[in-house]
Amino acid sequence: MKNEWPLWEVFIRGQHGLSHRHVGSLHAPDAEMAIKNARDVYTRRNEGVSIWVVEANHIAASSPSDKGPLYEPSESKVYRHPTFFDIPDEVGAM
Amino acid sequence: MYAQMVKSEASTDDPEKLAAFQARIDAGEKIEPKDWMPAGYRKTLIRQIGQHAHSEIVGQLPEGNWITRAPTLERKAILLAKVQDEAGHGLYLYCAAETLGVSRDELTEMLLDGRMKYSSIFNYPTLNWADMGAVGWLVDGAAILNQVPLQRTSFGPYSRAMIRVCKEESFHARQGFDVIRKMANGTPAQKKMAQDALNRLWFPALMMFGPSDADSVHSTQSMAWKIKMNTNDELRQKFVDQTVPQIEFLGLDLPDAGIKWNEERGHYDYSDPDWDEFFDVIQGNGPCNTDRLAARNKAWQDGQWVRDGLLAHARKTAARKVAAE
Repeated sequence: MKNEWPLWEVFIRGQHGLSHRHVGSLHAPDAEMAIKNARDVYTRRNEGVSIWVVEANHIAASSPSDKGPLYEPSESKVYRHPTFFDIPDEVGAM
Repeated sequence: MYAQMVKSEASTDDPEKLAAFQARIDAGEKIEPKDWMPAGYRKTLIRQIGQHAHSEIVGQLPEGNWITRAPTLERKAILLAKVQDEAGHGLYLYCAAETLGVSRDELTEMLLDGRMKYSSIFNYPTLNWADMGAVGWLVDGAAILNQVPLQRTSFGPYSRAMIRVCKEESFHARQGFDVIRKMANGTPAQKKMAQDALNRLWFPALMMFGPSDADSVHSTQSMAWKIKMNTNDELRQKFVDQTVPQIEFLGLDLPDAGIKWNEERGHYDYSDPDWDEFFDVIQGNGPCNTDRLAARNKAWQDGQWVRDGLLAHARKTAARKVAAE
């Protein structure tokens, strides 16, 4: 059996009520150690108030070759942006 | 630098794909791990990021040497935090290298058996407390000059690791300058120690940037790929220009009689380090090469039972959890 510790992806919530954000990865034998290691590696200077760790092989990701089929459909839909609409000045802020 | 003389791999890929790849880099796009990349780009990066990571890890040894002998509790706490940062920098970089398809253990094994290198600077000894100042001030100062432009490198994970590293690195340079400043302004004996540390570490620090551009055979491809951002001599000159006024501020003597302001060039002239010595250290014959590798090998072997034990515990716990469900 391979004896390398699995890879974990680390997500940290900063101080300001933001979402957890991917900050990097590390190796650890289990989730508990992954959180402890993440504390030591990624929050040495008060970078966060909460840590998520996910074993890297549990993450499903889109493939770069799917870029076209996945994102092209939204490129033609400019009306999804609020700036698409003309609001007369006299209406004020909307 | 922390990665010196990284051999650049030629690419034998499809010319059309290569051109499209180069166009992405020229347009300032970041290359991400799952994107297509030339085999040479991948190989060169693994070598460079790996060497950079190894340098961070081996770089803990000369400073770790002085943690228990720091002159005050405050200095000890600061040095401990700095050395801990270096471990973190090594980890960020190993993780960046791993996205290219090499495993952490493979990288470690290549360091331990000498197949991969680390920066020549860490093969010099740290003889006394003044060296802690000189290392932070000069070695980390030199590293910053290399790492700041690498924040813009083309490979996404490397660039992001560099951004994190640079945030922490100025703490390192400043704490070193603070140590050396204290000594330069101390008793005559302390000032002498500061001068001695500067004299000993000056040329090894200049060597960190790698051989002169005339002898730097791997630069062109790496610069086109934006995994090397400046030439060795450009960065070395920048280092000299920024450090000479600091030496003067400290009231220390210049460590090289060849340092003179050159009005015409708008830069300081300086003497070349002894390049024979540099190549000799790279070949494994520096004052501490054997010690450094022995220390890393011992740490790896001594830690084997901990790594195995924690993994066995994790597997047992996972199996029990499955059984209970």
